[in-house]
Amino acid sequence: METIITNKILLTPAIPMITAILIMASGKKPNLRESWSIIGAILTFLSVVTLLPRILAGGSFQCTLFTLYPGISVKFHLDGLGILFAGTASFLWILAGFYCIGYMRGLNEHAQTRFYVCYAVSVGAAMGAAFAGNLFTLYLFYEIVSIFTYPLVAHHQDAEGYEGSKKYIVYLMFTSKAFLLPAMVLVYLQCGTLDFSTTGIVNGIFPHDASGILVIVTYCLCFFGFAKAGVMPLHSWLPSAMVAPTPVSALLHAVVVVKVGVFSVCRVMLSVFGINLLQGLHLGIVTAYFVSFTIVVASVIALSKSNLKARLAYSTVSQLSYIILGVAMLTPNSITGGLIHIANHAFSKITLFFCAGAIFVATGKKDIKELGGLGYRMPFTMIAFGLASLSMIGAPPVSGFVTKWYLALGAMDLHNVILLAVLLVSSLLNAGYFVPIFLQSFYGKPLPADKSATGSLEASPLIMLMVVPLFITAVASVLFGIYPDLFLNIINVLVGK
Amino acid sequence: MEKYLIFNALNYPIITVLLVVPLIGAVFTLFLKKKSLLRVWGLAVTFLTAALSLPLYFNFDLTTPKYQFVELGHWFPSLHLNYVVGVDGISVLLVMLTTFIMPLCILCSWTYIKERFKEFVIVILIIETTMIGVFVSLNTVLFYIFWEAMLVPMYLIIAVWGGPRKDYASVKFFLYTFIGSIFLLVSIIALYIKTGTFFIPELMDHTYAFGYQMWIFLGCTLAFAIKIPMFPFHTWLPAAHVEAPTAGSVILASILLKMGGYGFLRFCLPIAPAATFYCMPYLLAFSIISIVYGGYLALGQSDIKKLIAYSSVGHMGFVTLGIFLLNAQGIKGAILQMINHGITTGALFICIGIIYERTHSRELKDNSALGMMMPIYVTFLGIFSLSSLGFPGTNSFVGELLVLMGAFSENKLVGALAIPGAILAAAYMLRLLQKMVWADSDGHAHHHKPGHHVLSDLNGREIFTLFTLAVFVFWIGFHPTPLLDVMDSSVTHLLHQLEAGMHHVGGAIHH
Repeated sequence: METIITNKILLTPAIPMITAILIMASGKKPNLRESWSIIGAILTFLSVVTLLPRILAGGSFQCTLFTLYPGISVKFHLDGLGILFAGTASFLWILAGFYCIGYMRGLNEHAQTRFYVCYAVSVGAAMGAAFAGNLFTLYLFYEIVSIFTYPLVAHHQDAEGYEGSKKYIVYLMFTSKAFLLPAMVLVYLQCGTLDFSTTGIVNGIFPHDASGILVIVTYCLCFFGFAKAGVMPLHSWLPSAMVAPTPVSALLHAVVVVKVGVFSVCRVMLSVFGINLLQGLHLGIVTAYFVSFTIVVASVIALSKSNLKARLAYSTVSQLSYIILGVAMLTPNSITGGLIHIANHAFSKITLFFCAGAIFVATGKKDIKELGGLGYRMPFTMIAFGLASLSMIGAPPVSGFVTKWYLALGAMDLHNVILLAVLLVSSLLNAGYFVPIFLQSFYGKPLPADKSATGSLEASPLIMLMVVPLFITAVASVLFGIYPDLFLNIINVLVGK
Repeated sequence: MEKYLIFNALNYPIITVLLVVPLIGAVFTLFLKKKSLLRVWGLAVTFLTAALSLPLYFNFDLTTPKYQFVELGHWFPSLHLNYVVGVDGISVLLVMLTTFIMPLCILCSWTYIKERFKEFVIVILIIETTMIGVFVSLNTVLFYIFWEAMLVPMYLIIAVWGGPRKDYASVKFFLYTFIGSIFLLVSIIALYIKTGTFFIPELMDHTYAFGYQMWIFLGCTLAFAIKIPMFPFHTWLPAAHVEAPTAGSVILASILLKMGGYGFLRFCLPIAPAATFYCMPYLLAFSIISIVYGGYLALGQSDIKKLIAYSSVGHMGFVTLGIFLLNAQGIKGAILQMINHGITTGALFICIGIIYERTHSRELKDNSALGMMMPIYVTFLGIFSLSSLGFPGTNSFVGELLVLMGAFSENKLVGALAIPGAILAAAYMLRLLQKMVWADSDGHAHHHKPGHHVLSDLNGREIFTLFTLAVFVFWIGFHPTPLLDVMDSSVTHLLHQLEAGMHHVGGAIHH
């Protein structure tokens, strides 16, 4: 099916931006302000859904807004990869919208209008990145995400917040200026355009006579330029950014920010370089080994963390690299496994962060050691936590299993024992740091009352605004584990199975 | 002579009008007394000049590299000295920049200038004439007269309305520029003796021996390198910027520095092409040093105005880098970057002036944590800071990208060496933004600082001033094609001149 030229697809990135303006305008009226946020999220998701049928039928959408220079323009092109990311992020924004109300009101946070505005713009920019039709547009929205999540990370405006947010912006801006900017220039000089390939993922945009060394340099610059993907050694901004309020950690650091990074890496690998070129220069397999290191080491570090959010942060670092690993193996099965993990990881990880936030609001506890007996006080939360953990480990019937299944198939297609071993070891490590949390909450001894901070909101109706969304995402994780066809169909169209 | 020129076909002599209107305005200023009337008058004259300059853009013939809107009058026939003015694709944008920045200079001085307002308006109007004159002169003597005449009002702006060290800064500014000018004058006279003409297009068509070209090139380059300013001739700039009043800083940054870049393009490249090729590596090296050194110094400043002043050194390094790459992308990027720097850095200096009027300090620590109190101000500051660091979607990104494209296509090493400049720009601008909007990164939120709670956000006049510039930031950021189209033919012609010059002298170097 052919590409449709329509400016209808501008709607999806535009809705969150308009939402942000409405939120700003109604800053004095909290109820109105937060309803804008919810309405905006629902409309964004619906706008993505209306585009889905055509993508599933193998079509795509395209729209060019401005041309800066021949070959460099603000251009949108929506295909399967983009809609997978956009659909996931916009759906989770709806649930996060409710969750935010519970969390922000529950803790009586300051500067809530600023919070909601930046939240909406960040999601809108993520939509823009998902819909980007060339490297410049991707870069534009990638940078907008960086700038507008800075106030969210620095939200508490204390020493810790400033330190974390400084590290955050330094890492992201440094890498994008130092690597991404020259990468873009080099791609342009070699290809004469920054537009993504629209003919599928097999052939990129590089000419056949491109110099191998230059392509490798360009590839490395692109790969390290997107530091949001959290690949070691450029990962340490992610744990530092956990000083942000938990809804920020949840949506932005499990769904939007890190996923923009991973999405960008995958997009560049598939739509700029293409499978053939990466295979020809052996870049795929080198990348696979490189991110395998991150997968294993980040899991080991996660084992050593006793702060719940810190452990989740390192788990994220590890899980993100699964996505890149899948794409880097360059087989249809592995690419399916990698890309489907964009959605699977999003649903499961947001559940885990939602749980951490709900526990903090209800009881004031942040440390895993303090969670003893919590399973009986917050059963729904901890059951959701358990389900999402299973997904991270990759156990059936939760969605993470589908990911690992396809990744393992990919590794076997390559007859590569090392990568298979990486998958196995990392799954064991995942179990090693998630299972104890779950056990602790049901079988651990509660700490004496004076040692643990006490929250006041356990019985408040606000807590329901948090527990219901996290339970929905947990159930969704299970559903996508049992019935993964929706995502699989989107990706099958993309990889041409 | 006609082969270089397209005479003005409008029903009025547009360039002469642009030169004369501010002067007439300055004369009439003498008869006004009340400050309220003076500033409205100043604004009216500068606005009128800006409006009168619009036909230059709308009637510009994009297809030709010839000089357009030309007016020719006999002056000293015995010396072959004519009054000849016109614009091409390189100068027309700079003329427009000048006429559009000047009303904003009056607006940002509305309450900033407390004394001698009448004299201030006169000086501002005179400097407008001289600056336009530099960009439109097609005759070296006329060029030199305007070039020198501009020194006096600028000296006065710093020396009369400047800060505590105004004497030092104004004299330093004067001496540096003046010494450079002497070499320029020597070059102009030498060229006249050699060719018997002051007419710039004819000077370009003449072929000179390589050794002669080197002398001309060095003389002119010294003058322009001081003006732009390029490391190691930059030290007058921070002093002048810090002491000058807001309008002075804006004029300096937005327009005066551009004369250096314009001079390179108008004189050095076409008149001494072989010398340009010969000196290219050295000038590229000095450009990269300027970029990195300026950025590095900006990172260490605690005075906001000094920070922006050093950032100018870095940004102008990108301009000279683009010029001396001697390819189309580089030169186009350099011209665009001159316009961008005029818009963005001008806006940043206006922002600093606005906050200085409120806190009476330019220290970062005295102006921190403004986010909550002045949200509109902070929004504009954010826009211009992001523009200054080359954020995608803003004007500077396009210019920087073009220069980098030129650099990487010329030589990968040159491109790679310019990248640290881009990183430093992000570092110092984000540091500035972080401290001014939020607080010190050591966690000292100066929320409850006495006196800070009385800071008022921007008024309508200030919003208008900054909004105008913000429109250009995004307009050029997303749609630079109209500007690039304007310079296209002239840049192509310039590259032809360079190539032809090389062929003529190519043999001479080898002999």
